[in-house]
Amino acid sequence: MWTTLSHTESDRPARPPTVIEPPGGWRALDLSDLWRYRELLWVLTERDIKVRYKQTVLGFAWAIIQPVMLMVVFSIFFGRLANMPSDGLAYPVFVYAGLLPWTFFANAVSNASSSLVGSANLVSKVYFPRLIIPLSSAGGGIVDFLIAFVILLAMMLFYRVGWTANLLAAPLLVAGVVFIALGVGAFLSALNVAYRDFRYVVPFLLQFWMFATPVVYPASLVPEQWRWVMFLNPMTGFIEGFRSVFLGRPFDWPSIAVSLAAACIVFVVGVAYFEKVERRFADII
Amino acid sequence: MNMPAIRADGLWKEYAIGARARAQPTFRETLVDVFAAPVRRLRGAPAREQTETFYALRDVSFEIAPGEVVGIVGRNGAGKSTLLKILSRITAPTRGRVEIRGRIASLLEVGTGFHPELTGRENIRLNGAILGMSGAEIARKFDEIVAFSGVEKFIDTPVKHYSSGMNVRLAFAVAAHLEPEILLVDEVLAVGDAEFQKKCLGKMGEIASQRGRTVLFVSHQLGMVARLCARTLLLSQGEIAFAGDTASALDRYIASGAPTGANVFENAEERPHAPAAIVRVETRDADGAVVDQFPWASTVRVRVALRRNQILPNTVLAVGVENHLSVRVCSWYARLAEHLGAEDGLQCLEIAFPARVLVPGVYSFVVDVFEYGAIHHRVANVCPISIVDTSEELSAIGPVDFGTVIVPGEWTRHRIGASQPEAAPAS
Repeated sequence: MWTTLSHTESDRPARPPTVIEPPGGWRALDLSDLWRYRELLWVLTERDIKVRYKQTVLGFAWAIIQPVMLMVVFSIFFGRLANMPSDGLAYPVFVYAGLLPWTFFANAVSNASSSLVGSANLVSKVYFPRLIIPLSSAGGGIVDFLIAFVILLAMMLFYRVGWTANLLAAPLLVAGVVFIALGVGAFLSALNVAYRDFRYVVPFLLQFWMFATPVVYPASLVPEQWRWVMFLNPMTGFIEGFRSVFLGRPFDWPSIAVSLAAACIVFVVGVAYFEKVERRFADII
Repeated sequence: MNMPAIRADGLWKEYAIGARARAQPTFRETLVDVFAAPVRRLRGAPAREQTETFYALRDVSFEIAPGEVVGIVGRNGAGKSTLLKILSRITAPTRGRVEIRGRIASLLEVGTGFHPELTGRENIRLNGAILGMSGAEIARKFDEIVAFSGVEKFIDTPVKHYSSGMNVRLAFAVAAHLEPEILLVDEVLAVGDAEFQKKCLGKMGEIASQRGRTVLFVSHQLGMVARLCARTLLLSQGEIAFAGDTASALDRYIASGAPTGANVFENAEERPHAPAAIVRVETRDADGAVVDQFPWASTVRVRVALRRNQILPNTVLAVGVENHLSVRVCSWYARLAEHLGAEDGLQCLEIAFPARVLVPGVYSFVVDVFEYGAIHHRVANVCPISIVDTSEELSAIGPVDFGTVIVPGEWTRHRIGASQPEAAPAS
């Protein structure tokens, strides 16, 4: 049963030794280590996706129900009762185009931030690059996003909007949202290990953030001289960008560029903080 | 290749212990601390609240050559598990440095990360990936793993429907098919029922004895260590107390248990109304020293000090042995009226028995003073002892389930159908 070590890594030319040292200050992300464990990232993401709707009657339909119900509620209260302006578009498709990326972002952040604590038994017993945990739990939301995206395409047909070449820009914006979600998620997950307070902070944070972002209202609702404040929030550029993608409006490239730059910074800072404290996790989780 | 497989250089591991659990302050406490520190400093007090520190490892250095099988022994809290955790990169040392050459894996996390909702097939992939196998490696060994685990029929059933035995078998099958160059084995973390633990140990022994593989083997089963390891590190209070040939290391380990005096149970309770009160229980070796480790060939003496009050004809003292699951293994009884002197006050009774009646392992004692149907005084779970198999007699047979007690018996050989045993063959 026990095969010998003939075809494993052992007979490759000598690998540099693994060095274990006390945790220092800021370290560079060890990409080769992350690459060595890519299978784990993939398997964990797959696990999250598979497990999410196991033993539910509706299964993946939940990925549709959540944003659709939100859309209905917002359409009734903001669209109908409050007469929220929607840049001249039907409010349901307007709000859904914003809710879709926002739901993905919010789920990714909230899943990632609780992921490490939820995997305490892994962290305290096995070594692997810890970053894989928040990455995989954020990644699990991509499938939901794609399913909900199909609904949007159908709505665009129904309301006869969009379906322009603007759709081609979607991957760029998705990448931006993924980066910012990973950065924030990794940062919060690391904080959550040391300070469980963040379990309570994150839901609030996401709620405030949603209303600070033009998800249920257009950015044009904000007076011109204050609008730049809105764009300090990188999600503003992305959500407005997604509306351009789906609804065929012209892009506001400068604000998207700023958001992309901000997303990269958030990602780097979040991951750097995570890497800095990563090696203490097993002792304090 | 004369580079060491593992080289540890001055390893220290510090843990903070304090009146308050400082290991995990809340965010509020940290914020308060940020503002309180300068105030405290102004008052001339130390800026940080004083925390006690505990060193799980102190200046541990060693080298292990490729292909060497090294045992690590030491009492609980000596730092064995901390050392393995550092070597497997779960936690970081506070000071010092380790260099590891070769792929390292540990058999101390059997079944970690199994997800109940996923099928056996999916869990093999998941668990393999957690242990650091690549996708191709898992695919290549998949059939072997399934065959070894013996759960072929249920491989597409969610593991939450598995029996715990199946669960553990599957988990162990995955871990056992890792092919690391350096293997860390921690016996105390082996899982499952007693029988399966034995099976795991057998497998670990098999892996360890394979040529070319570097193994670090942490165990309380000294017989196993003696059989597998040429060299052994003895850890004591975070330091390497001895490093060298296994026989000397084990001798020192057993001898170091002798003068602790820790294996004395004292009972301050007065109990004036009991016929007799148990005051003290201790375990001694044949020479009268108070010890808690007994080689398999030695004699265990359990001494009970009693305060005699009003003994009735039926007052009985019982000394019972319990195993690690708190199951009573055997007992000895004495009528106090027959064994104690007539005078009141403190008196001692001692029961001596050969250690070899017990299968090596950890046992504790229950001492009772009772009368027909009524227990007057009981002290339970006192004076834990280890029966240590240093003779290799049992571990040479192999890691099978020996049960708990070893009853003397005699083997004879018979011709089929004959009523008398054959004469012993002339030699």
